[in-house]
Parts: sequence; C-alpha cells; structure tokens
Amino acid sequence: MEIVLVGLNHRTAPVEVREKVSFTADQARRAADELRARGILDETLVLSTCNRSEVYGVPPESSRDCLSGLASFLSEFHSVGPDLLTSSLYHHYDRNAVRHLFRVSAGLDSMLLGEAEILGQVREAYRSAHEQGATGPVLNRLFQGALEVGKRVRTETELGSRPMSVAAAGVKLAERIFGKLNGHSALVLGAGAVSEQVISSLRDRGITDLLVMNRSRDRAEELAQKFNGNVVEWASWDAGLLKPDVVVSSVSADEPVLPRRVLESAMNARGNRALFLMDLGMPRNIEAAASDLYNLYVYNLDDLSGIVQQNRQAREAEIPRAEVIVEEHVGKFLSWQASVELVGLVSALRARLREERTTFLRTRLSSVTHLSPGDREQMEVLMDELLEKLLVEPAERLRGERELRRKIQNVEALRDLFLSDRDKR
Amino acid sequence: MRREQGPMPHIFLYLTVLAYALSFGSYIRFLRTGREIAGGFGTLFLVLGLIAHYVALLERSRGLHTVPYHDLYGSMSLFGWLLALTYLGLEFYHRQRSVGAFVLPFILVFFLAAHLAPADRLSPTIAHGPVFAFHVTLSILAYAAFALSFVLSLIFLIQNRLLRNRQLSEVVWRLPALELLERMSRSSVLVGLISIAVGTILGFIWVDRLTGQYWYYDPKYVITLVVLLLYAVYLQLSRTTTWRGARASRLCIFNFVIVVLSFTVVNLYLSHSHRYF
Repeated sequence: MEIVLVGLNHRTAPVEVREKVSFTADQARRAADELRARGILDETLVLSTCNRSEVYGVPPESSRDCLSGLASFLSEFHSVGPDLLTSSLYHHYDRNAVRHLFRVSAGLDSMLLGEAEILGQVREAYRSAHEQGATGPVLNRLFQGALEVGKRVRTETELGSRPMSVAAAGVKLAERIFGKLNGHSALVLGAGAVSEQVISSLRDRGITDLLVMNRSRDRAEELAQKFNGNVVEWASWDAGLLKPDVVVSSVSADEPVLPRRVLESAMNARGNRALFLMDLGMPRNIEAAASDLYNLYVYNLDDLSGIVQQNRQAREAEIPRAEVIVEEHVGKFLSWQASVELVGLVSALRARLREERTTFLRTRLSSVTHLSPGDREQMEVLMDELLEKLLVEPAERLRGERELRRKIQNVEALRDLFLSDRDKR
Repeated sequence: MRREQGPMPHIFLYLTVLAYALSFGSYIRFLRTGREIAGGFGTLFLVLGLIAHYVALLERSRGLHTVPYHDLYGSMSLFGWLLALTYLGLEFYHRQRSVGAFVLPFILVFFLAAHLAPADRLSPTIAHGPVFAFHVTLSILAYAAFALSFVLSLIFLIQNRLLRNRQLSEVVWRLPALELLERMSRSSVLVGLISIAVGTILGFIWVDRLTGQYWYYDPKYVITLVVLLLYAVYLQLSRTTTWRGARASRLCIFNFVIVVLSFTVVNLYLSHSHRYF
C-alpha cells in the first residue's frame, strides 16, 4: 500500500501550463473514473484549484510503474505535450505525499501564505471523490487527516488570521471602529481596479449600502451594477458624505479630492458620527490637515502597506508552529498506515506458513510409512497449533502496543524478509 | 479585631481568588491569542468565581450576624461581586470577551481588599429588612455598573487614541471595536441609572418607615442627585450629539470620579447614615 502524488503548482508551472492542466469538477470526476478503469490507480482524488492541479492515488502495484502511466494519462487527458508536462510535474510518495497534502491544506504551500480558500477546496474535492466512490480506506483517512490539519492550523496559529492586501487591511481596520460592517454603508471614490478590490472586500465583510462616485459616470454605473450599489454624482459631497461610515478613495488627481473644509462641513452635517477614510490615491486624495478633525480616522496607502508588511512578518513567524502540527499529523497517519499494513502482513504470514506446512507434510511425510492416518492428522493439528502460537503473540502486541507500531516504520522490508515476491500482495 | 472563622470560609476565600485569577489569566490569553477557547475558560472561571464569592459573602454575613455589607469591607466585597455579575451580563448581552482582562483586576482587588482586612464587629443595628437590603444592593449594583462604564470608557479612549494616531500595535486588533465599547458603556450606565434610581426610592421608603418622615438632609442625597444627572447627561450626549465618541467617554470618566468621591469623602466624612455605601 503506497500513496502517490503527481501534480503541478504555481511554483513549478507558469499560468499557461496551469490553466491547461486544470480540472473542472466534472473533469475531475471523469479523470478519477478513467484512472481506476485503466487500472492505473485503485483509489483516486483530483485536487484542482487556480494555483495547483494534483492527483492523489493508491496504485495497485509498485508506484514507480504508475508514475509514467499517470504522467501520460494527464498529458492525454488535457491534450498537453508530454515534454511540457514533465518539466512542470512533481511527484511524491508516501511520507512526502502525506506531508505535501497536509502542508497544502494548512495553507503553507499557497501562493498567499495561510490563505483560507484552500481548505474549502480540499474539503470539496474530497467530498466529491468520496461521493463518487473514487476514494478508499487510505485516501479517506488521508484526507480526513488533511482537513483536521487545516482546521487546527487555522484555529491554533495565526497563519491565516491577518489581512494580506491593502484593501483587506483597510476593511479590517474599519471593523476596529464600527464592529461588524452589517448595517453600515460605504462610499467609494474612483472606479479603477483598486476600487473594485476594496468593494469586493467590503462586500465580503457584509457592508450593507454601497455608493460609487466617479468622474466618468459610465464606469461608476458599471461598478455599481456589478456589486449592487448606487451611483452618486461626482463631487456632490453633501449627499455623498452624509450617510456612509467608510470612505475609500483611489482617484488619480494632482490636488486632494477631499480638502479639509469639505470634510469639516460633512462632519458637522453628520453630527460628528465617526467616519473612516481609506486614502489609496497617489498623490494622496485627502488633505493631510483633515486628519485632526474630531471622530475622523484617516489612513493612507503607506499606513495600510505598513499593516500588510507587519502581517506578512507575523504570518511568517507562525510557520514553525504550523509545521509542528503538520508533522504531528504526518506521524499519526503513518502510524495508522503502518498498523494497517502490519495487520495485513501478519495475516499474509499466517496464510503463507499454513501453505508451507501443507507442502512440507505432503512431501516429507510421504516417506514416513509407520504413521497411521490418525497420527498424521494429529501431527497436522499439532503443527497448526505451533504456528498459531508463534503468530498470536506478535499479532496481539501489534494490536495493543502503539509504540511498537510506531517503531516498525518499514513494513515493506518485513514483507521482503518473510514473504517471497509472489506472496507480497 | 479579627472575627473567628472555621475552615470552610477560608476554602471559599481561596476558591474565589483562584477562580478569579484563572479567569483573569484566561481573558489575558484570549486578548493575546484571540482563541475563543481561552475566552470561554475566562467566562467559565468567572462564573465559578461568582459562586464561590457568593458563598464567601454568605459566610461573612453569618460570622457578623448581619448583612455582609454593613461595613466598608463587606460593601467592597459586595461591590466586587456585583461588578463581576454586571460584567458577565454585559458579556452575554454583547457577546464580547475582550474587556474581561481589564475588568477582572478590579474585581480581584476589591475582593482581596475586602476579605484580607479584618472585619469590624459591629453592634446590631437598625439596618435590616428586605427594603433596606434592596436599597443597599441596588445602590452598590449602580456603583458597580458605573465602574464598569468607567473601565469601558477608558479602553475606548486608549483604542481611539491608537487608531487616530495610526499606532497599530498588536493590542488594536484585540480590543473591541469603538462602537461596541460605546454601546457596552451605555448599557452599563443604563443599568446603573435604573438601579440607583430604584435604590434611592427604596431608601426613602425605608427612612419613612423608620422615622416617619421622607426627608432629612444628608449630603449623600445631593451627590447622588448629581451623579444621576451627570450620567443622564452622558447617556444623552454619547448617543446623538456632536459630543459622541471620545468627549462623551471623558465625561463618563469624570462622572466616575464623582462616584468615587461619593463613595469615599462623602461617605466617610460628610454623611451620617451612609458610612459604607
């Protein structure tokens, strides 16, 4: 029983290759079916996200043989030249494959360290493969372990708890003032890519009302429609600044878009209700002197980048703690795997010894003539008892002693030692 | 003079201190790591502390043969207990545990100060009966609620200063949101206002029953009225006016200074009938 992994990710393959080898949910199911139908793998699971495509499996024979089969299957399935693939693919076995998957679900292998989506993607891939019946006892155990690792890393470390983009950091800061953003509203100045990113972050965090203001109304309409917001006429500050609690500005302009006097009168009109301003413009969109207004919180690009930088360092500092959790679960899985294999080994050994005993009696006892059929029978029973006695104690110790199972790391070596090739499987 | 205690009261004193200390530790851990489980333990130990504290109060009152709040130490202990209770109520109502780490030290200090000091043995007094008991308990509950709003306003000012000056240390991400702190502080003040109003009315009723007259002059009346007015003003300012935010929080802190004044100077030197609460 071995686990094999073949795949590629953002580190080994450029986006042109990744998009060719990615699987839709349907394709993943079909690939899993075909891999099993062709006898390349007994158990299969295809994990495909925008940054990685990986096939996990348990091959019927030695995994070295299935590797070339897997690679050529991938190139055939996606109609990609084998040369292009070979340079991008990585492959791992057993311990390394297990560790790889656990690191993936922990977010340690992600492009954005500690990102949260991957755990959901692993869960979905497993659910789909499990429903389809493509997984078996080994992959079930493996992926349940992976989900547990992902969950533990996210609750026990801070690998994924801090925002890594300027937009997300700004939104998180707004939550330090207003708490949950449900029931609050935001005004977005400018309709470029940055604005879109911030709006998406705001929507993720549950902002209720969204206003978009842009010099060109068309683009504002487009953005408002996409995120279900409303357009406000450019520079109509009285209407635009009265209600929102969060204002995000990313406009390219030489002069500040929001001078102090505009904000001062807006704050008067609001009765000094707190206002959080994210200035993502360069040069700055909000006049620096405005930051001393009562109940106004102004953050510019440098402040927010500073937070992101801090967060990146904080996340990186959490890597060792996450790796400890990964290693703990790798050990757990391998010990489970070894115990299953050992139990299999013991029963294979018993079958083998019984067979040897039968052959032995048939060939050797034929020359001993003075034994009655009753004696022969008696002898068979006695030999069986001896064999059982020899096997029962180790089998029971294997069942009962976890430490012993942990010590026996290489079950294959034991197989090689006690069972000849034809009995291996 | 130290009153005699059997082994039981001591056990509950230790248990209370232990539970509060563990609760404090858990809340600190929650603040530092953000792990829900640590916060949950904080709440659990606080509840256990409240129970042990209650038994300790009961033992004390048995030892004194009167209500536990008949002396300064007793009222301090009751104050600590009600502070813990009010905080727990707020925690459940607002589902927010980040404030626990700031409140627990106060509870611990009040409890330790009250129970480590020797209790006065007082002559039996005329102070008894349910009306009197509610008068005292509600008044002390009001002070506890005001103390809580003081702590919340203090945290508000710290958090506000950090956010305004863009000093984004670790703490900023752990403290509750400004709006939540305001809301918690307001609900705490509301609890205080209602209890002090009802408590004061009960006080008048009790005086009436005792002496047959509703009114005789006591400086405590004046300062209680001032406290009531000041907190009503805070409640109004913090909700709707241009004073909302840091200014209202400063007022809340100022108000608590008056409460402390009422609790100390007025009680000890000016009032005749309100020595300890």
